[in-house]
Amino acid sequence: MTAIAASSGAQHAGVLGIGSYRPRRIVPNSEILEHIDSSDEWIQTRSGIKERRWASDDETVLMMSVEAAKDALKESGIDPAQIGCVVVSTVTHLYQTPAIATRIAVEVGAPTAAAFDVSAACAGFCYGLALASDMVRGGSAKYVLAIGVERLSDITDRTDRGTAFIFADGAGAAVVGPTDEPGIGPVVWGSDGTQHQVISQKESWQEAAGSQNWPHLTMDGNPVFRWASFEMAKTAQQALDVAGVPAEELDLFVPHQANMRITDAMRRALKLPEHVKVARDIERQGNTSAASIPLAITAMRESGEAKSGDLALVIGFGAGLVYAAQVIRLP
Amino acid sequence: MASTEEIRSDLAVIVNEIAGIPVEDVQLDKSFTDDLDVDSLSMVEVVVAAEEKFDVKIPDDEVKNLKTVGDAVAFIERGLNG
Repeated sequence: MTAIAASSGAQHAGVLGIGSYRPRRIVPNSEILEHIDSSDEWIQTRSGIKERRWASDDETVLMMSVEAAKDALKESGIDPAQIGCVVVSTVTHLYQTPAIATRIAVEVGAPTAAAFDVSAACAGFCYGLALASDMVRGGSAKYVLAIGVERLSDITDRTDRGTAFIFADGAGAAVVGPTDEPGIGPVVWGSDGTQHQVISQKESWQEAAGSQNWPHLTMDGNPVFRWASFEMAKTAQQALDVAGVPAEELDLFVPHQANMRITDAMRRALKLPEHVKVARDIERQGNTSAASIPLAITAMRESGEAKSGDLALVIGFGAGLVYAAQVIRLP
Repeated sequence: MASTEEIRSDLAVIVNEIAGIPVEDVQLDKSFTDDLDVDSLSMVEVVVAAEEKFDVKIPDDEVKNLKTVGDAVAFIERGLNG
C-alpha cells in the first residue's frame, strides 16, 4: 500500500508584522447625536467613545485591507509572493460570494495564495491568528496574512440610540510565519450559540432585498456586557495560563475594543498588575469588530506604549457568541 | 444566617468598589439609579459581584426589578434562605 506523505511545518509560529488602516473621516459624537436622542456625556460614560472613524466611499473593505496588509508585509520583510494563505475576517464584505480574500491576495502580490473569509465577528482577528499559527505549524502555508476588516457604518442603524454611537470602520493585518521561539500562545476559543440573538443582523438578506438599506446590526447591551466583562475575563486568564505567562510578565492587554466599560471591568476581574498597559483605542476609533485589536496595537506602538518584543494578551469576543484569546509577542 | 444589615453592609462595599459611592450612602431606601447614580452597566457589575459574594443567582430579567438597595438586599435574603 502506498503511504500518503505527512505534511510538516515549522516548529513554532509567530507574528512577523502588524499593520492597520484608519479611515480619514473623524466622526464626533455631535454628528451621531443628529440622529438619536442622547448626549455626549451619556455616550462617553457608557462607552468611553469620544469619536470614531467612518470610511468614505473610496475606503472600501478591499482598499482598507490592502493598505493594512502592505504595512504588515513591510514590517515582516516577507516577499508577498511567499504568502501561502490569506485569511480575512469580516462581516461587512456585503457579498455572499466570492470571498474578498481572493482580491486582497491579488492586490498585495500573493495572487495564487489560498484565500478565504471567516465569519467570526469581533473575535475574527484572534480566530485568524489561530488559523494562521496552525497553518504555519501544520505545513499548509509557510506564511499567512491574517486580516480583520470592517465597514460597520454600512450596517449601523443611525437611529438606534443603543448602538449608533458604537460601531466604526477600519482594517488591521498580521503576517504570521515560522519563528525560533513560540510567538503565538495556544488559543483558548469557543462559542455559545444559546446567546446567538444578543448581537445579530436584525433583518435577513431576503428581508433587506426590498429595502433601500443594508441589514442592520442589533445588540442587547446588558447581557453582552455581563458576558464580555466576566466570562471573557475568565477566558483571558485561561489564555495566560495555557501560554505559561504570569500576569506579572505581561506587557500589554489588548482586548477587542468593544466598550471602555467592558475593558475596565475585564481589567478589574483579571486583577492585572499596574504596569500592564491597557489598550484604549476605542476612545478615538469606536468599535471596529475584527479590526479593533490590530488597530489598537498599532496605536499603542505609535504612542510608545508598546514596543517590539512585548508580550500582549489579546482577546476577541462578539456575535455568535464567539471568542478567542492568545498571548502573542509583538514583532 | 446573614442579617439584613450584614447583607446591606457587604453590598455597600461592592457598590463602593464598582461605582465609587461612599458606603454610608448605600442605605435600604436609596434608588440605585436616582439616588446613587449607578448606571445600568455598573448595576450589571454590582449584580455579578453580589452573586459571587453571596453565592446566589440573580437572573438578567430580575435585575430591572432591583430598583432600591432594599430590593436587592431582600432578593439576596430570599436567595440565601430559599
